[in-house]
Amino acid sequence: MNNEALLSVHDMEVTFGTGRKKFVAVKGVSFDIYKGETFGLVGESGSGKTTIGRAIIRVNPTSRGEVFFKGEKINGKITKELDKRIISEIQMVFQDPMASLNERAKVDYIVSEGLQNVEKKLPSRERRERVAKTLGDVGLLPEFASRFPHEFSGGQRQRIGVARALIMQPSFIIADEPISALDVSIRAQVLNLLSKLQKERNLTILFISHDLSVMRFITDRIAVLHKGVLVELADTETLYTNPLHPYTKALLSAVPLPNPIKEKQKQLTVYDPSCHDYSTDKPIWEEIEPGHFVHGNNKELEEYRAATSRIKNA
Amino acid sequence: MDHTNQEALVSIKDLNVKFKLRGKRLHAIRNISLDILRGESLAIVGESGSGKSVLMKNLIGLLDKNGEIESGAIYYGGKDLGQFKEKDWQGFRGREVAMVMQDPMTSLNPLKRIGWQICEALRYNQDMRGEQAKRKAVELLSDVGIQEPERRYKQYPHEFSGGMRQRVVIAMAMACNPRLLICDEPTTALDVTIQAQILNLLRDLRNKYDLTMVYITHDLGVVANVADRIAVMYAGDIVEIGTCNEVFFSPRHPYTWALLSSLPQLGVKKEDLFSIKGTPPNLFQGIRGDGFAARNPLPLAIDFLHRPPYFEISPTHKARTWLLDQRAPKLEPPEQIESIKEI
Repeated sequence: MNNEALLSVHDMEVTFGTGRKKFVAVKGVSFDIYKGETFGLVGESGSGKTTIGRAIIRVNPTSRGEVFFKGEKINGKITKELDKRIISEIQMVFQDPMASLNERAKVDYIVSEGLQNVEKKLPSRERRERVAKTLGDVGLLPEFASRFPHEFSGGQRQRIGVARALIMQPSFIIADEPISALDVSIRAQVLNLLSKLQKERNLTILFISHDLSVMRFITDRIAVLHKGVLVELADTETLYTNPLHPYTKALLSAVPLPNPIKEKQKQLTVYDPSCHDYSTDKPIWEEIEPGHFVHGNNKELEEYRAATSRIKNA
Repeated sequence: MDHTNQEALVSIKDLNVKFKLRGKRLHAIRNISLDILRGESLAIVGESGSGKSVLMKNLIGLLDKNGEIESGAIYYGGKDLGQFKEKDWQGFRGREVAMVMQDPMTSLNPLKRIGWQICEALRYNQDMRGEQAKRKAVELLSDVGIQEPERRYKQYPHEFSGGMRQRVVIAMAMACNPRLLICDEPTTALDVTIQAQILNLLRDLRNKYDLTMVYITHDLGVVANVADRIAVMYAGDIVEIGTCNEVFFSPRHPYTWALLSSLPQLGVKKEDLFSIKGTPPNLFQGIRGDGFAARNPLPLAIDFLHRPPYFEISPTHKARTWLLDQRAPKLEPPEQIESIKEI
């Protein structure tokens, strides 16, 4: 994989409300997403992972920092022309396929709605052809275009959700918990579809989820978010074999294992934020080893470095 | 634990449940017999629509209005729950059997204080009022691991996080000291860290109060954590049942194989994950033969013709598949299932 950044986020902050009601949901987050990779973003509910996704796609405004997409700044005020390009280049797949599709619209309209907004002069025959082709790409039959969402199962609906994003021919897809609402068996189908499409079209995917067992399978790199702060970022395998931040360790220990003997003996690690003493020594975002970033103060970073070299030497 | 000579708390015999829907009849439970043993923790696994929730709703008298028990019986302490009228349920529901629903956001009343909602259960079922009910409610809240129960008692559901709300729902279910607690997808709506905490809580409560537990879930990780026995349901039928270790380490039914193989933990990066093709059968139409035959990658000819009986593998383990018949070809389970042992 080449390490050309498709999207880079620098010191992003997202704030809701003003004055006394002000709430900072995302606090100075920085990361790069490379072209063609699947980048995972994990965290508990309320940690701000969806907010980051929504801020990238310009649904939530950022209050500080920059977002660069293909070298161009895309947050804050941008030209209409760039906005239009971003709309088709960055697409989103939502969590719950039952809630994110318009119940009263036919699949044909749901899938092509974005297209109709961007390419207003598109003849309807060509539009229908493109819908049929996209439906085929996600493993649905072209005649489904004339049906309503309630006629489909959960897995098929999520495919419609993917088709709606794909028809815009995006280069970057934000998948916000795309499989959390699905059954085990259907989960596998949607995961396979996403990785197939990624290979065929060289898509870059930001995969937002709280399910670390799925993350290990699908992502190349993972960033761990806790209360709006990135605490760790590394290659997927590095993160699983050598987690450094105590929060990452706690998250990993909570992942259920499908092995009854191991699972019943498992010890849970609980993360207690008060284990950090940041009163004098302020925490920074630092690269411990190539590609492995951790949030911590100087004393902690020293310990993390020591732990990493121990593992390497072992 | 030895399951062979344990006494059954609930005994379901040849149960058939049908729903009337737009003039058609949907056969949701197809001739299920199942014993829930006293003190055990049983997990019921299956896809959505396999009938796992419908089966358990029979035990608490909450079957939807258009559903009816067509034949069969459910025995609980010598009584047939299938014959219960609404009046009979009132002394039973909550006191003997209680249920924790999937989504804590929707099972609490947003307009009433938490304390009021717990006391409501105490008032109806144990005739506790005033100070006495409040003391009991506070005790329940601290039992389910809620800090500062006195202060929390006066709060509304929106002041609680998802995991805390689920704890409140569990406290409400525990209010009347039930003997059987049914947990319908208790952690599906929760985060991994919270999920682990809630599962630990349920396990502690089970030991403390000597509860019999039934978990309904599609998450095999949860199952591995909490279950003594596992029943795998497919299309309104239990296709395989055995102890937790038997089902995970030597599964026999092709559907169980398929479920286990589609676990992302068993996937190899950059390769396709195993997925079950097709969709579950339409329960409006009668099912001929083995319900899973159409989605089975290697079906036998007889699967399409005759419904398989149960074949016993051990005293605790049985499966409904023709593969266990002596005349059937010997099929090995998929390779990736073997790697479960190494996870």
